[in-house]
Amino acid sequence: MTSGALKKTPLNDAHRALGGRMVDFGGWDMPVQYTAGVIEEHMATRTRSGLFDVSHMGEIWVEGPDAISFVNRLTTNDVLKLVDGQAHYSAMTNDNGGVVDDLLVYRFGQEKLLLVVNAGTTEKDWAWITSHKKDERVELHNASSEYCQIAIQGPDATAIVQNLTETDLAAIKYYHFTTGRVDGVDAIISRTGYTGEDGFEIYAAADTAEQLWNKILETGNYGAKGGILPCGLAARNTLRLEAAMSLYGHELGDDISPLEAGLGWITKFQKGPFTGSEIIARQKEEGLTRKIAGFEMTEPGIARDGCDVYVGGEKTGVVTSGSPAPFLKKNIGLAFLPPQFAIDGQEITIDVRGRQIAAKVVPTPFYKRSK
Amino acid sequence: MSNIPENLRYSKDHEYVNVNGDVATIGITDYAQHSLGDVVYIDMPRVGDKFGTHESFGSVESVKAVSEIFTPVAGEVVEVNEGLNDTPEAVNNDPYNSGWMVKVKMDNPGEADAMLSAAEYEEYLEASN
Repeated sequence: MTSGALKKTPLNDAHRALGGRMVDFGGWDMPVQYTAGVIEEHMATRTRSGLFDVSHMGEIWVEGPDAISFVNRLTTNDVLKLVDGQAHYSAMTNDNGGVVDDLLVYRFGQEKLLLVVNAGTTEKDWAWITSHKKDERVELHNASSEYCQIAIQGPDATAIVQNLTETDLAAIKYYHFTTGRVDGVDAIISRTGYTGEDGFEIYAAADTAEQLWNKILETGNYGAKGGILPCGLAARNTLRLEAAMSLYGHELGDDISPLEAGLGWITKFQKGPFTGSEIIARQKEEGLTRKIAGFEMTEPGIARDGCDVYVGGEKTGVVTSGSPAPFLKKNIGLAFLPPQFAIDGQEITIDVRGRQIAAKVVPTPFYKRSK
Repeated sequence: MSNIPENLRYSKDHEYVNVNGDVATIGITDYAQHSLGDVVYIDMPRVGDKFGTHESFGSVESVKAVSEIFTPVAGEVVEVNEGLNDTPEAVNNDPYNSGWMVKVKMDNPGEADAMLSAAEYEEYLEASN
């Protein structure tokens, strides 16, 4: 491996000090797990709290009088519906109705939006956004390297962060955010996440990352029984999969429409045209040929990404994400299926390395936290 | 550091064999379990199945990955560790004892002698890292 060429987040040394097993993740040197292992990290996040370095994700500022209309033209969700201090999940589409990336759009003001995009697609997104600017009065700024992003997720997350800030966290509703200070550091405190748990994503200057990371571990009693655990990419993936959240490159891609990916709920045709909206609207009218469905294995075996799915002996689809689900203690996954088979209870089989293993379509999310 | 017991023989695929007469107890090494991460499922052969040398006889699945396991020695499966169905984590916690996978009656008991010794396996690990 040519680790010299990999990009590093400001927490790279911290991960190594914690025993993180580092892997090449889309060109980033990231921890896949720490010493506790993926199952314990996953369970800590579901039952207590988990800490994630997501500084590799991209941050792009859009500022100017046409910020909202510009982002509205490039993405599927309706930016006009956002109020200051609110964020939403959205998809940036291409001319064929495929997805350039999925992202969060934060509204700081009428003329100021922040786009948070995936790490592996930041450069592609930046090129896409800058090259699709027409005569809109907006300033674009790729601030990805200026920020760290630390996610703290799980039932104990609010109490831990509240110890470190004077901001009243109870006043921040889900998918809302505020600017404030965490451990004295200027930060964007966002009640969002990618685990299916309550929690926060904290954005701050890159050079404050270690301070924040270590302070949160200390405040969360890392190392003590019942304390917080740092979590690697493996747990981040199993947590998001239990919550049936899409992962770009799996359920989403340049040749997958948001409707096929099950993102109709963030595809707002009534707001007016956006990139690819005609094609996507036609798809909705004419009906989809495939859509994402959740499944669980009913026989021993684990379906992995890329496994073929069969109905009645006929190949009908493909697994996009498959894994053991540590909290649910089942083997689950997401797959593309023709809509007539993407119905709860549908029996399917999955070719797992040459063997047909039984599974059935189940409702998603697989896991939903109790309020 | 990996735990590499002196009394076992090792393959370059990171299986070990523990020879007792003409029966070899086979599992994966401490290094292998550590690389895989949390093991959640082991797909094993049945008693009576016969395998040649270096044939895939099953797979070990961790949360993140699946890894095939190969027979380091040819022979017939005489016992499988059914306990791993309920406690696959034994492969992580105790790979050389409760985490064993299958017992094979060797066609040629001399075959195990040709495998790596503990010292050779340690050298092999160092060289490949």
